[in-house]
Amino acid sequence: MRSEPVVQVQALVKRYGTRTAVDGLDLVAEAGVTAVLGPNGAGKTSTVEICEGYRKPDAGTVRVLGLDPVRQAAELRPRIGVMLQSGGVYSGARADEMLRHVARLHAHPLDVDALVERLGLGSCGRTAYRRLSGGQQQRLALAMAVVGRPELVFLDEPTAGLDPQARRATWDLVRDLRADGVSVILTTHHMDEAEQLADDVAIIDAGRVIAHGSPEELCRGGAENTLRFGGRPGLDVGSLLKALPADSSAVELTPGSYRVAGEVDPQLLATVTSWCAQHGVMPDRISVERHTLEDVFLELTGKELRS
Amino acid sequence: MTTTAGPYAPRPGAAPLPRMIAAQAALETRMLLRNGEQLLLTVVIPTLLLVLFSSVDIVDTGAGPFVDFLAPGVLALAVMSTAFTGQAIATGFERRYGVLKRLAVSPLPRWGLMTAKTLSVLVTEVLQVILLTAVAFALGWSPHGDPFSVLLLLVLGTAAFSGLGLLMAGTLKAEATLAAANLVFLLLLVGGGVIVPLDKFPPGVRDVLGLLPVSALSDGLRAVLQHGAGTPWADLGVLAGWAVVGLTAAARFFRWE
Repeated sequence: MRSEPVVQVQALVKRYGTRTAVDGLDLVAEAGVTAVLGPNGAGKTSTVEICEGYRKPDAGTVRVLGLDPVRQAAELRPRIGVMLQSGGVYSGARADEMLRHVARLHAHPLDVDALVERLGLGSCGRTAYRRLSGGQQQRLALAMAVVGRPELVFLDEPTAGLDPQARRATWDLVRDLRADGVSVILTTHHMDEAEQLADDVAIIDAGRVIAHGSPEELCRGGAENTLRFGGRPGLDVGSLLKALPADSSAVELTPGSYRVAGEVDPQLLATVTSWCAQHGVMPDRISVERHTLEDVFLELTGKELRS
Repeated sequence: MTTTAGPYAPRPGAAPLPRMIAAQAALETRMLLRNGEQLLLTVVIPTLLLVLFSSVDIVDTGAGPFVDFLAPGVLALAVMSTAFTGQAIATGFERRYGVLKRLAVSPLPRWGLMTAKTLSVLVTEVLQVILLTAVAFALGWSPHGDPFSVLLLLVLGTAAFSGLGLLMAGTLKAEATLAAANLVFLLLLVGGGVIVPLDKFPPGVRDVLGLLPVSALSDGLRAVLQHGAGTPWADLGVLAGWAVVGLTAAARFFRWE
């Protein structure tokens, strides 16, 4: 495990005119995949662009791979890969031509043909960038971010607007990067993306980090998880409760409709179904509702994430 | 977590600077030569003007074959079309489409990018000069003068136009740059002594027009190539002035995003 965090942000402030986009933000990202979650205008992109050296902070300190992104930019740039939200390519350039060009700016780039193949860009052929589909442009931007074999990759909304298949291909690549020891900072407003990919999630709202932890840690806090099942009315919930762990509850909400609340895990599900088996109950439906990052976000901010 | 050497295992590093700059210059030149509108501006229009106006004596320029008057002016126009108009439009759209933003986080330093742009402009100009010179010779052109002065004029002219082009590209919106750069090209084509001699204009107007960079460049080239004059210091001075003003302002006001 790398001892030094890949990104360290302390008391970061960024103002645009009278508007404060980042308001005393603290963030430590360790090696691995860190997702920065938040609604539009929360300060995600400002924070990431400060880490990339595009903007100077108004206050606070930022270290990326231990370097100051503005003063030590020349040292930092070869070590990071950046995927912009859009654009970044000459409108007349072909996908493989642009990727080959970015590769040439690095000392030990990835094999361009293999990367083109992997991201399904081979079909772009001799098409100019401006005529590529949005998904193809997106995948090219991703390829440009990783082709230089960086230690740390910044991905800004990497799967926005992708179809499910391209989205999975992108997720697979992020997992492979992680497995090979590349750290990733990704901004997203897709909860499932953060849940699927991230070791750590930082939730940002109004220019501050309001929650930080692994997806499991974040989901464990707040509201309890629930299990619902249907059976014949009037079951003995008291007997069910005895079979369950101490901090659980079991109620018949409406006749024939039961809810179990508590730490919903495979063991609890097995307990409920074996209780049903012992009492000759055939559940006509059974469902597990886990607390998602979406719920966590809603509770913390009172806002829908995708607005 | 010990990292096994998978295909994506980090191995960062910048390529050697000369390789980066050469790659960037080659890409920029390819983009320019692939762009139809740019080719129209840098190749087709100067060549057509040279051929059309040499064969049809529309403008009375006094003694000697008209191509001797026209060729230096068209060379000046070619320099302007590449260093000013073409560079302004291309850079304006690179800024608009985030190309400059993306390159800013690549290992290529900003001054490396500007060096590559300059190299790309120079390569294009060499191609233009070869083509236009060949066409002019075919039309019976007989140039005189000192090649060193010609080179000096072309280089200073390029510096002056580049500064003004980059100033425009780095401060205006891409669409405004497109419109303004084309308009300036057209106005200077007529009023910059390229095909119409400046002495056709009233004296007061002529003095002002004479201070334009394209007028200074065409006047200087004409003095050397048509009349075999020595180094045209006055014209070089005007170009140097524009170069200093343009490049300083571009360095000061250029916005990368």
